[in-house]
Amino acid sequence: MNSGDTIVALSTPPGRGALALIRASGPQVPDLTRQLNDGVLPAPRAASLRVLHDTEGRTLDQGVLTFYPAPASATGEDVLEISCHGAPAVVEALLSRLRSLGARPAEPGEFSRRAFEAGKMDLAQAQAVADLVAATTGRAARCAARVLKGDISREISSILQEIVDIRVYIEGALDFPDEDVDWLAESDFGTRLSALSDKVEQLVRRARQGRTVATGIRLALLGPPNVGKSSLLNHFTGTDTAIVTAQPGTTRDVLTASFQIDGIPLILADTAGIRAAEAEAEVEGIRRSWRAAEEADLILQMFDAHAGWSEDDEEIKNRLPELPALTLANKCDLLPDGIPRSGPKEAIRLSAKFGHGIETLKGQIIHLLELENALEEDEFMAHQRQIDALLETGKTLKRATQAQGGELIAEELRLAQEALGALTGEFTADDLLGEIFSRFCIGK
Amino acid sequence: MTATNRIWDVLVIGGGHAGVEAALASARTGARTLLLTHRFDGIGQMSCNPAIGGIGKSHLVREIDALGGVMAQAADRAGIHVRVLNRRKGPAVHATRAQTDRKLYREAIQGFVTEAQNLEVRSIAVGDLIVRDGKVGGILTEEGDRIEASAVVLSTGTFLDGAIHIGAEQTQGGRAGDPPSLLLAHRLRELLPDVGRLKTGTPPRLDGQTIDWVKTSVQPGEIPPPPLSRFSPPDVHPRQVSCHLTRTTEATHELIRAHLHQSPMHTGAIDSRGPRYCPSVEDKVVRFAERPSHQVFIEPEGLDTDVIYPNGISTSLPAEVQEQFVRTIPGFEEVQLTRYGYAIEYDFFDPRQLRPTLQCKALPGLYLAGQINGTTGYEEAAAQGLLAGYNAATQSLGREAWWPRRDEAYAGVLVDDLITRGVDEPYRMFTSRAEYRLTLREDNADLRLTETGRKLGLVCDAHWDLFCKRRDSLEQELGRLRATRLGEDSLADVLRRPETNYAEAVSMLPAYEPASPEIGRQAEIELRYEGYIRRHRHEIERLKQDETRRLPEGIDYRSITALSHEAREKLSHCRPATLGQAARIPGVTPAAVAILKIHLKADGTRQQVL
Repeated sequence: MNSGDTIVALSTPPGRGALALIRASGPQVPDLTRQLNDGVLPAPRAASLRVLHDTEGRTLDQGVLTFYPAPASATGEDVLEISCHGAPAVVEALLSRLRSLGARPAEPGEFSRRAFEAGKMDLAQAQAVADLVAATTGRAARCAARVLKGDISREISSILQEIVDIRVYIEGALDFPDEDVDWLAESDFGTRLSALSDKVEQLVRRARQGRTVATGIRLALLGPPNVGKSSLLNHFTGTDTAIVTAQPGTTRDVLTASFQIDGIPLILADTAGIRAAEAEAEVEGIRRSWRAAEEADLILQMFDAHAGWSEDDEEIKNRLPELPALTLANKCDLLPDGIPRSGPKEAIRLSAKFGHGIETLKGQIIHLLELENALEEDEFMAHQRQIDALLETGKTLKRATQAQGGELIAEELRLAQEALGALTGEFTADDLLGEIFSRFCIGK
Repeated sequence: MTATNRIWDVLVIGGGHAGVEAALASARTGARTLLLTHRFDGIGQMSCNPAIGGIGKSHLVREIDALGGVMAQAADRAGIHVRVLNRRKGPAVHATRAQTDRKLYREAIQGFVTEAQNLEVRSIAVGDLIVRDGKVGGILTEEGDRIEASAVVLSTGTFLDGAIHIGAEQTQGGRAGDPPSLLLAHRLRELLPDVGRLKTGTPPRLDGQTIDWVKTSVQPGEIPPPPLSRFSPPDVHPRQVSCHLTRTTEATHELIRAHLHQSPMHTGAIDSRGPRYCPSVEDKVVRFAERPSHQVFIEPEGLDTDVIYPNGISTSLPAEVQEQFVRTIPGFEEVQLTRYGYAIEYDFFDPRQLRPTLQCKALPGLYLAGQINGTTGYEEAAAQGLLAGYNAATQSLGREAWWPRRDEAYAGVLVDDLITRGVDEPYRMFTSRAEYRLTLREDNADLRLTETGRKLGLVCDAHWDLFCKRRDSLEQELGRLRATRLGEDSLADVLRRPETNYAEAVSMLPAYEPASPEIGRQAEIELRYEGYIRRHRHEIERLKQDETRRLPEGIDYRSITALSHEAREKLSHCRPATLGQAARIPGVTPAAVAILKIHLKADGTRQQVL
């Protein structure tokens, strides 16, 4: 009874919390599930723990798969639920894996709609869903519009402009063959299309790794070993992502965790403690700590308030890249009056272990990055839509460069523009004809 | 008054291209049909350029042909210069264009009308519609006689309150030399509120004996001339002639510029919109001032006439200016004009008032087809005529309505564009309007539509037999190509490569008995586009549910509070027939469509409960 395709989406709020729930619904679900589950379909409604991989086969995370065969599922279709860690990077990679296996991103409210159509909801719920769809879409549209104001949006409009430009010539040549000029023969569309296709690919890369607010603000947590950096990380994410022990030098790599403050996604990089190390692995870890610091938007330098400000702390401070930074005095719970033995006066007093001072820290982060009133949580979704649309555009443009014959290039360009239309609004055949007529003297 | 003493099921008003196809489709369906026109000898008259087909339009002509219409057959009988445009490009954009003999075309059409069963013609000026209980039930002649019927098709072209402009001169007329339908126009303005004005133009006509042909270049037609109809016998075409080409000059442009103030377009006497793709020569000179010259296609109006149609210099400048500027064009130095060019303004009705059957939402029983809906072109008119006539007949006979979807036919694109988006200039078909262009080709119109046409009762036995033979040989040939190996590949694989054609592919296997060239070519096209068509089909399947999901007549969009204000207004105004059409209305978002779906479902449940 549904349109026959399989949809996928993140069901939990983006970025927030320790766990994320991804849900897929539709006829391809058994196939998808098999692909994720070593070729076999797990028992219905039973949780099975699996190592999850990205599209390139790299290990992403451990997760729990639950398969609900139709019709005994939320939507009445075959449904797969995947619980995994709530880091946006993991979620994004998993969603893209599922898309590469044939699912498409769900539209706002689409799961609910399918549930309703399958008779899984009653009349009263139906009206509520209708209102919800309207509300969600409004917010998503506002977010999309806001994202489009940014830097990527300028690039997208220039790509769109170039697509329209090429289409004007190609469609013009197809629909007006009696005109004086054979635009198809005279223009070098091959070169223009390849250049455009490259540009889209670059943009996808940038959009993916970009430091835009939408993907998350990067915080680097720096300090000597054993000052409590991993405890802070764990406090933010609510899980034991980082192994916290009393042994100095436990964190040998950069661990990242994502969380939100007032809906703003943040990525906290917990780094290896910085000290004069001898073990090769630890030296490499420290090198990575500094690199994380350089790539961050904001640095959190942590010291041990109970031990006081040390020479190591001073050395770290001097080596910090020129970025906004906050100093955190941890382990204040160990001091009778809660006042650090020494160190900068402006340091924020924390107890990562008991969670004291965390609210102050959050406030300072927001304040320092001028993020008051910044965003709503759907920004992440809007961003994902941009990437999806660009990926689809890139794919069709690539095919356009290989197509032989004007009508086949035209077909790919139509699809390319349709894909971008999700971000830029519809561009109709009549709009295109309008462009042709305004540029060329057409007609007998 | 009961239905039994009614003589007619369907009345068709107007004997142009829409009216003829409407009357014939209606009659073929079995409805007792009466065609009303000013003059019998005006039936099938080509009031503008005597040519049928061209880009996008030939697709419509072949669809009409596939659905039992006559335009293609008449064009074949009258075609004196035929070319396939875009011949060097892919088959999806091939478009046959036939320059026709005006008289032969008219005679062919009149022949079909005379021969048709269930169809009668009367020369009558219609003055009014009979409206009873909000439904149209016939017409009153200008003399006041009543003719009743259960459905009326209105295809009056530019005759509704037509105004002809030549320079400052303005006369009333439906076409040069014919009176306009004023009474009917005024009545329709009362009945159908959303009326607008459009304009179109035509060039002066020239006496071919006064043209210096040496100064023009020759454009030969194709020999043998390619037919437009699948059902025309071989050698159907009359004698073939050449067309010619010349160009405007700087002197032409200067003269036009000097007299621009006398053009009614520029004086403000005409303020309605003309087509952007068919600009007057004044428009070309103004808007593309940098172009030193524009093409003029010199097209004969027929075999036994010297009248020439100079395509490309449509104008409404004063007569004496027309005389002067035409003579600045190479070859026309001594030319005599047989008629002046003019611009014509006419009424059209916002086609968003129509259902996909072309029936008026506000006036059941009334169907509109052709230029009255804001389109231009014989082919666009004829396609609408066929659909309106068929649906008017089904209404009278109590059968099910039918219209093609956008993915089935250009005719479907045409009707959907009209009723969903409306028009703000005369609507002409282009291939770029069809998103499924690679599927909707000239070469497969019969394969797409004839089976449906047969089920609808529109395709006669003789045509059906011809079609079945072609379809079966094609299927057989495709099967054979797929099954025959050539090394690793099948012959079908070889044909999917753009560099190999059918003859080359099969010649690689000496034992392979080739199919007829026509079937071979068709198989080659089918295979070449196969991948794209599969993609289309996938997309279409996804959308089909919405396309076939009809929206109830009485739905109150304003009461669906979850819809945005804009969506509520747009839906209330357009009142789409299907969910798919709703989705294409500008301003109706995918979210609004989702909400509609839920609402429909909820409504259905509620009704079942009650």
